[in-house]
Amino acid sequence: MTPFDAVAPSAPSAGAWEGVAWALARDLRLALRSKAEIGVQLLFYVIVVSLFPLGVGPEPALLRALGPGVLWVAALLASLLSLPRIFTADFSDGTLEQIALSPYPLPALISGKIAAHWLTTGLPLVVMSPLLGIQFGLSGNELSILAVGLLVGTPTLSLLGAIGAALTIGLRAGGGLLALLILPLYAPVLIFGAGAVDAVRAGFSASAQLSLLGAGLLVAIVGAPIACAAAVRIALD
Amino acid sequence: MRFAATLFANVDFSLGNGEMLVVTGANGSGKTTLLRIASGLSHAAHGALKWRGIAVAPFDAELRASVLYIGHATALKDEFTAEENLLALSSLHGAPGGERAAVREALGAWSLDRQSRLPARVLSQGQRRRIALARLNLIRRPLWVLDEPASAIDAADVAQLERLIASHLSTGGIAVIATHHDLAIHGARKRMLRLS
Repeated sequence: MTPFDAVAPSAPSAGAWEGVAWALARDLRLALRSKAEIGVQLLFYVIVVSLFPLGVGPEPALLRALGPGVLWVAALLASLLSLPRIFTADFSDGTLEQIALSPYPLPALISGKIAAHWLTTGLPLVVMSPLLGIQFGLSGNELSILAVGLLVGTPTLSLLGAIGAALTIGLRAGGGLLALLILPLYAPVLIFGAGAVDAVRAGFSASAQLSLLGAGLLVAIVGAPIACAAAVRIALD
Repeated sequence: MRFAATLFANVDFSLGNGEMLVVTGANGSGKTTLLRIASGLSHAAHGALKWRGIAVAPFDAELRASVLYIGHATALKDEFTAEENLLALSSLHGAPGGERAAVREALGAWSLDRQSRLPARVLSQGQRRRIALARLNLIRRPLWVLDEPASAIDAADVAQLERLIASHLSTGGIAVIATHHDLAIHGARKRMLRLS
């Protein structure tokens, strides 16, 4: 072994993208080892959405009017269900300490974790939603706008939700508090997401709502990992 | 490195290359807290932590690139095999030895060859701790901060740990170790700190 130099830094500075790739690859691998959790969340989504036609009756006009809102609210709840997973396990087994002490920038590592969370929890909802939309008698055009809206909106849900998950790391009543913290932040995503489908049904273009969802996503991509990193450091201190 | 905090009634020490600090004290005397501060995980209520003569805040980039912290928690994923766990942890710290061969060698050094393909969930406490300690073989950092490294491992593994620490110190490394075991490190410039 060569001796440590007393002055020069010992490890090369690590790049942000490598950090994103590390966290993304590891969390995807972990998720694939516990497929049941992905299945539970997806099944929850399907069941919540399917309960509504049973509850409000089979009136086609009513279901068509309710459909977009129901699908979006169910997506919000399903997303909420999976949020604690982002940090809880890593915190309790000590991995989060190692992640925070890694030479990679912490926001980059957290970005990778959030991306993995979306790929395993958000994307399945997006893929499943047109199928569930048919239950509500949505037209082809409405279904495609619904899917596009969810495709842009669900990453925002993962990003905003990760802030809440990071703030509630290690708290005993974390789950309930997380819902209280995060659901109000989800409201704009719900309004524009469901609003996009309503606009199409009324014969307007959905581009305004979709653009706002996209803008929200960009802001969240920039801001959320930094906020999460600050919260994680506070949790470890 | 320099450190002072009124929490431990004016603890102040500095370590040069090749020096180790052994922190002892009763349960709850603040050994873990002191080690977390030294590794940059927690901030001290009073006083400062200096690395290479410069005061550093917790999670300082320079310190992160220099420290290897092994705490009570083993940072192992139950779903991953011993080998996958070590691969993930060493690449997280940018270790050039992120390759499988280096990981196998490290597992062999801790006599875990036979367990390398088993998921961590089925391993015993001592085996898990040895996987955590195998990071010492893989990740090269000048500053080691080890919290009770010798707990749950047997005599042969304690000897292996002592050899690793001795070789780390002889190449100019620094170690801060909280322990109940009396680690026999030959030829080490050793300081003792007893927290009460």
